[in-house]
Amino acid sequence: MRLKRKDLLGIEDLTRDELELILSTAASFKEVSEREIKKVPTLRGKTVINLFYEPSTRTRTSFEIAAKRMSADAVNISVSTSSVVKGETLRDTARNLEAMRPDCIVVRHASSGTPHMLAGFVGCSVVNAGDGAHEHPSQALLDMLTVKEKKGTLAGLKIAIVGDIAHSRVARSNIYGFTKMGSEVTVAGPPTMLPAGIEKLGCKVTSNVEDALKGTDVIMMLRIQMERQSESFFPTVREYSRVYGLDETKLKRAKDDVIILHPGPINRGVEISSEVADGPYSLILDQVTNGVAVRMAIFYLLLGTAKEEQQIQAGKV
Amino acid sequence: MPMKKIVLDDKAIERALARVAHEIIERNKGTENLVILGIPTRGYHLALRLRKKIEEIEGVCLPVGAVDATLYRDDLGIKKDQPSLKRMEIPPVDGKKVVMVDDVLFTGRTIRAAMNALMDFGRPLAIQLAVLVDRGHRELPIKADYIGKNLPTSRKEGVKVHLSETDGVNEVVVTVAPAEGTKQ
Repeated sequence: MRLKRKDLLGIEDLTRDELELILSTAASFKEVSEREIKKVPTLRGKTVINLFYEPSTRTRTSFEIAAKRMSADAVNISVSTSSVVKGETLRDTARNLEAMRPDCIVVRHASSGTPHMLAGFVGCSVVNAGDGAHEHPSQALLDMLTVKEKKGTLAGLKIAIVGDIAHSRVARSNIYGFTKMGSEVTVAGPPTMLPAGIEKLGCKVTSNVEDALKGTDVIMMLRIQMERQSESFFPTVREYSRVYGLDETKLKRAKDDVIILHPGPINRGVEISSEVADGPYSLILDQVTNGVAVRMAIFYLLLGTAKEEQQIQAGKV
Repeated sequence: MPMKKIVLDDKAIERALARVAHEIIERNKGTENLVILGIPTRGYHLALRLRKKIEEIEGVCLPVGAVDATLYRDDLGIKKDQPSLKRMEIPPVDGKKVVMVDDVLFTGRTIRAAMNALMDFGRPLAIQLAVLVDRGHRELPIKADYIGKNLPTSRKEGVKVHLSETDGVNEVVVTVAPAEGTKQ
């Protein structure tokens, strides 16, 4: 079995079989990070460039660690210190990077569709590490892995995604992912943060959080993205926290064995109370651990096989 | 349907494993410091069977683990299909005598990869190799210490070990056209 793709741009294009392949491969890779020598030689000689046009700690570090644990060389480009500030276009940056013969470019950008455009410019693999409010596929995969580990399956589970759905690429990727795997997804948030037509992705929509939480197996809280809000979507942070934030009272409406996810970084006391974030139902740190395994699996599946022409040379086709 | 010939049946596999178990004990003058590591999938089941046989003879239950060589293979870049990862479960190996177990020894490349994997987990005192079938055609300077059956083959033939744990039947078959999933 292999992933017959050059790039990983979004969950929307992936089939259920492909999702299962990535998840099962990732589950096997967890073991590598538990070893004393946390490194395997599988991707020796491959080069991965992390091209981040937006700030990130978790995702960039996670991709970098994943590449290094697979023995690939990871190079980080942070845009604030690059030629982009001199006015270089994305296309020129991409072509210059490609001239250095990387095997994979991991890209994050504030504009939706950037990774797709980049994938058209370059011959190497492109992985979307978050594009605008569109998709964040590796985050959705690590969320699915975390839930699958705890619940055994994703089919038939009730998933509530709560918060700023309109600006959330995490929400979009997770709606695609969980619905493909047979879960029942409900999104909830202030009406100003529920985009029109989101139900077309196959989820239920409500602005009543308590309804969304009722009997749910998984709660995914989204971060209120202060940096993306040019206009106000709710009157005050305090009001948002009271109505939409997850605290121990609201948590009681969920199933007894509910699990709580958050893509981080968390705003303590805004979308999630500290007691809940640090409480027994929270898997926020498991998500981070699983993130490395998922990204190792992505690199293995995208870079671990021969390109067609190499196979022909080796006489295997 | 390729031509298929059974070269070892259920009984013959059992006898070969019993002999290998005796040889392991004899060569190591007992079972002290021994660890058995199988290469998944079938090598691991053979490792479990060897442990049982050694326990029947010596009354000692040895630690058994699984060492998956996939991530250490040298053919990942030229294979069309990507091998899926298997079980990796390595008991402490520092200062131990490790007996690695696989079903078929062919080019020796899997064993090379498995030894590299094992070295990442510690420094065994010694590594020995036990295989159910040695079919020849080595591409690396690797040889088995314990061999269930020497089976001279041509490269065009396929050798497949079926075990009741994974395939519902115990037999070693030779096929004329390389069968799907054959070790090569």
